[in-house]
Formats: sequence, structure tokens, C-alpha cells
Amino acid sequence: MRNRINEAHEAVENEETSSESAQRMVVVPGELIVSGEDFLPGDGARRNGEKIVATRFGLAEVAGRSVKVLAISGAFVPRRNNVVIGRVKDITFNGWLLDVDSAGTGFLSIEESPRFINKNEMDQFLAIGDVIAAKIWGVESKRMDLTLKGKGLGKLEGGFIFRVIPSRVPRIIGREGSMVGLIKEKTGCNITVGQNGWVWIKGNDIDSEIRARKAVEYIADKVFITGLTDKMEDWFQKN
Amino acid sequence: MSSMDITNLTKETFARLFAAGKRFDGRGLNDIRDFEITTGVSDKAEGSARIKLGKTEVIVGVKLAPGEPYPDSRDKGNLTVSGDLLPLASPRFEPGPPEFGAIELPRLVDRAIRESKMIDLGKLTMTNGKVWTVFVDIYPLNDDGNLIDAASLGAIVALSEAKVPELNELGNVDHDVKPKKKLPISDEIAPISFSFFKLGDSIVMDPTREEEEACDARVTFGLSKKGKQYLINSCQKAGKEIFTQEEVDKIMDILPKKFDEVNEKLKKFL
Amino acid sequence: MTKEFKRPDGRKLSELRPIVAKAGVVPNADGSAMFAFGKTIAIAAVYGPRLLHPQHMQDPSTAILRCNYDLLSFSVSDRKKPGPNRRAQEISKVTEWALLPVLDLKEFPNTVIDVQIYIIQADAGTRTAGINAASMALAHAGIPMRDLVCSVAVGKLDKALVADLSKEEEDFEEGEGATDFAVAKVANSDEFTLLQLDGKIEPETVKEVTRLATDVCKEIYEAQKKALKDLVDNEREEKKK
Repeated sequence: MRNRINEAHEAVENEETSSESAQRMVVVPGELIVSGEDFLPGDGARRNGEKIVATRFGLAEVAGRSVKVLAISGAFVPRRNNVVIGRVKDITFNGWLLDVDSAGTGFLSIEESPRFINKNEMDQFLAIGDVIAAKIWGVESKRMDLTLKGKGLGKLEGGFIFRVIPSRVPRIIGREGSMVGLIKEKTGCNITVGQNGWVWIKGNDIDSEIRARKAVEYIADKVFITGLTDKMEDWFQKN
Repeated sequence: MSSMDITNLTKETFARLFAAGKRFDGRGLNDIRDFEITTGVSDKAEGSARIKLGKTEVIVGVKLAPGEPYPDSRDKGNLTVSGDLLPLASPRFEPGPPEFGAIELPRLVDRAIRESKMIDLGKLTMTNGKVWTVFVDIYPLNDDGNLIDAASLGAIVALSEAKVPELNELGNVDHDVKPKKKLPISDEIAPISFSFFKLGDSIVMDPTREEEEACDARVTFGLSKKGKQYLINSCQKAGKEIFTQEEVDKIMDILPKKFDEVNEKLKKFL
Repeated sequence: MTKEFKRPDGRKLSELRPIVAKAGVVPNADGSAMFAFGKTIAIAAVYGPRLLHPQHMQDPSTAILRCNYDLLSFSVSDRKKPGPNRRAQEISKVTEWALLPVLDLKEFPNTVIDVQIYIIQADAGTRTAGINAASMALAHAGIPMRDLVCSVAVGKLDKALVADLSKEEEDFEEGEGATDFAVAKVANSDEFTLLQLDGKIEPETVKEVTRLATDVCKEIYEAQKKALKDLVDNEREEKKK
């Protein structure tokens, strides 16, 4: 049975790509990853003569000729198509300003609401302090343009939100949503994971919600574990 | 780390949780996190302590220096408690002039210590008409809620291990001589701070930062015990919500138990 | 120099005080670290990139690095009144200049990266310990950087060239007295990012002592690297059990 993936989850390239046994090396900025003319430095790496060196702290991954460094810490860098969870900061004449816990401000135009909203009903739909799950459709230097049009997006009601380190989000989602799917299955909760590190959980009762949060935080805490799925099956037995 | 303001959703969440007597970390509403206190944070301080209360971390240093007595208390030493909400400790603390929390925290700790008479300031006079000034400096290193109560515990331990420096012939502190005389403090009295936070109809103790940000009001009591007698030495309510008579009574009933519980744990670090 | 100069704590001339380096010490921060040279202990925390207020201070082409260095009041023998004084402001600025050359800030226009450095216990070399801690904290925060920055105070005691002066050595007055030279460099490259000196030293000797700094910085780099890697490897070890 095909795993029902909530469209709101970004299809993310999973860190546990090709072979789980592929050794990843922790590197610090300036450290040598590989030497050779053939290698192509990607994200987090650069060429220094013969050498490919790291330009950030993280896990160096060499796949074929491509060399990159996966982030394990650091701020959320917004990209087009990212789903983020944010808080309404202000209402302007033509939209809402959002705090998405990032260096830019999010802007949701009234045109991008899921259904028609009258200009004098704006605060009834979304008031200051409310929370939404939105998708980024445009990024400029100081701001992001957001939309609520799409499955799994909209005002978040009930449940609760909490934050994890943004670079751990891919682990929480898992390959094709498998990890978050597992948590949903084991706790019966609805979960939306924002690329900006904010996570929304809504369950049938408080205890399931608390358990789901614990599961997410357990995964987010660990930086480098292979066989995470097995470990989580184990965790759910014990918790 | 996030500096996103509290959302309506999160407030509702905590109101719901607290109403059901639950918290994310499994504690009861009046349960205080485990804490650990170490001393000797700085060898330049006359006394110092580092407290970890959950993920909240505060360091407190005590220094003594000769000074002038206040005109209306010439026969007593001085106590000055200060501190800073270091921008290091939280995304919410910005560099610049102190926000109110930075002003309030040391003042609350000050009053608890001063009114409990934990330090015998009368024994801090010198022969030349000067007196010792006791400086207690409080620095949070990581804010995960309840800084005031954590700071007060740290201050008690720092003061308990503090020594009075030796003076040289000129009446200045002689830094080369290791001080031996203990600061004149009462062994009995420990002015412990207890803060109670309110959200809706629930009252909660020792909140984490996200819990604290969801709450609407706080009342902090400085409590000490002499023999079998519990004494409230200081009190301050903060925030725009109210406390009812019933809530005040409930807090008065909890305080002695909490004092004994925390005092027992505190003794291990003294 | 004939007879080997005797340092008060018995160290060899190019020997550093025991180093302690740890990353991730402030959970709230985006990146953090502590670094100690003997009794000098520095702690650093990085927040950012985050939006810079007030708006007129924003730079649309790049993030701004804002460093704040200060001594805690009880880190020194004579209590320091809380709050940065002029010395602290100057050190904050040279620290910023020491770190900027390795950072790639163009990716984050209109933002600020705040680096907070506090000295918990001061026994000379505080700015160098601060820079070492800040460098680790910036890496921990995932800031794009081409290398780490290492810093140490080298100098001269009478005629002897030494590395990592203690407070006692800074106050040394015999013979030619003490010259204290704070240096920072890009870890794997011949690039000095901080040069600050007080004392009496001949130009030829400066050539020697800067080479000494480069030499001892290798040890500092190893400590910084290990502290950062320990954040991950610890968990890998746990998994093996």
C-alpha cells in the first residue's frame, strides 16, 4: 500500500540516500574532504587547488564525483516550495505579515488564502497570534511570499506547535515521509513539519500528543544514526 | 533558537495541558526540575556557584570590597545584588539598555537575602570606619525558564562558600593572600525564592521557557525558615492578570512543603 | 639566548597552558562553545543570522557580524562593574575584524549574526580565548566559513620568546620586561586576522614570534576541531555500544 504522504510535507532528499553504510565524515570548516581534479564541490564545499575542503561544519558526503557537506546545525534558509509554520504578526491592507522564525518576514497576500476572504474580514480569518502552515512560492532578500493554496496548508487549529533545529527536519520527515508516517501511525496524531523547524501535532488526546512530541524530539536530537527506523520501532515499544 | 512570539495556539495548548494537570516533560504542576549546583566558577570571586535547573543555567559570583557605609546604617556592611540578562542566554535578550526583567531579577533576589537577614551585615564593619560591601552578581547562561528561582539558589550557595578577603596595610584587598574567614552568614537561614505562574485558572511552578512565555502572571515569594517557623521575607506579583484569594491561600499551603523539599536538596550542595 | 628562560609555572617557552574546548554549551544559542587557556575561561554564543533592527543599520548586500566581548564582574580580582567599558568595546571590534575574513556573509543580506563572548575567569589571554571560542561557536551555528580562526598571545619575557602568557608573565618586569602580542590567524592558511601588541620588541623578533604563533596555533586548531566533532562522534560511539 502506497504510503499516504501529506502533500504539505516537502519531498526532501533524504540524508540516508544510497547506502546506509556509506561512511559520512564529520568535517569542520577548512578541513580536507577529498583530493582530486575530478571531484565536483557542491553545497558546503569548495575547491582549493587539488583539494576539496569544507565550507561549513557538518557531514561530508562523497557520492561519485559530487562532494557536499550536509548541515547538522544552523539557521533555516528559506527556499521556494518549502512548507513553513509561522505566526501572524500583523495585518496589512492586502495581506498578513508572518513571523516564520527566519531572517526574513513572510507575507501572505489576501489572494493566496485558500478561499475568498473579504478585506474587512481579514482578522476573522487570521488574527494576530494565529498559526499557519504555508508554502513559500517566492523568496526575495528580506521577505518570502507565502500561499495557503495546497493540501495540508492553512490555519492550524487545535493541537500545538514546538520547534526543533531546522537541519534535523529531513530526519523527522524521513525518506518519502516514512519517519513522520511511522510516528503518525504509532500515535494516531496528525503532524505537519515545517522546514523552518516548527512542528505541529494534533491528536485525539493529550497523552498521544505528548508521546508524539517526545518521538519527534528524540529523532531531532540525534545527529548521526543509521537504522533510525529500527531504533524508532524500538522506541515506540518502550515509550 | 527561536524568538517567535507566543502564539494563540500555544497559549491554548498550555491552558489545556495545565487544566488537565499535565506537562510535556511529565511533571506535575508543582513539581520542580532536578537541579545541580557546583562551586568555584571563578577563582577570582570570593564565592561563586553555577546552577543547572533543567536546561536553565545561571552563574552567581560574590565579591567583597571595602566601601563607605550608608549614612543611615553606619554600623553595617553593604549588600549590592546586580545582574544582567546576558544576550548569550536567550534569543530574546538583546544587547543594549536593560529590559525590565534584567532590573527585576536582581532586586527580587536582593530583597529575599536582605529581609531574611541571611548575612550578618553588622559583622562586616572595619576598624577604620569603612565597611565591607558584598557584591552578588547574577548572570544567566541559558534561559529555559524560572531564572529568578534558579538565581536565588545559586546566590545562596555562592554566599555560603564565600570568604572575606584579607586587607593589606593600606586597607586594600590583598589578592595574594588566600582568604580564610567565612562570610558571616547564618547557617540556618536560606532565603529561597518560589515563583508561581498563572495561566487561566492553573498555577504552575518552575516552568520551562515555553511554559513561562504562555503564562500571564507571576508571584514570587522569598521564604526562609528559623527553627520550625517559616517566614515570608519578600513578595512581588508581576504581570497583568490577577490572583484570587483562593489562589493565594493555596499557595500559602504549598509553600512550607516546597521549602522543605528544596531545602533538603539544597543542603547537598552546601 | 643561552640559558633557557624559566617560566614561573615551569612551562617550556612554546608550551601552551592546558587547553579545554567544548562546543554546544548554551542550548538556546544557534551555536556556542567554551575555550580555556589554563585559568582563563571564555564562553561564546552565536545567534543568527537574524533580522537586524533598526532597519537603517541593515546592509542589503550582506549579513553584519556584531561581536560583544565582556568580562563578568567576578572574573577579575577587583570586581568589574557590569557592562562593557572602553577596553571591552575595543576588544569587541578587533574580535569582529579577526573573524570576518573567514566568514561568507553575502548569503544573508539584511541580517545580523550576533556573537556574544564572556570571560568567566580571567588570567590573561582573554581576547584570544574569546576568539577561539567564537570561531567554534560560529562553525557550530552552521555559518558558512572557509576555515576556523585560531588565536594565541605570544610575546617576549626579557629576551625569551614565549607562547600564551599568563597574567603573572604579563606583569613581568625584569630585563626587557614583557611584550604581549595577541595574534589570530586563519587555521590552514598564512593569513593573520589579529595583530595587537604592547611592549618593546625589535622588528626582527616580530618575524620570529609571529612564526611561533603560527606553530602553536596548530595545537589550538586540533582542540577546536575535536570539540566540534565530539558533538557528533559521541552519538556515533553511543550507537556502537
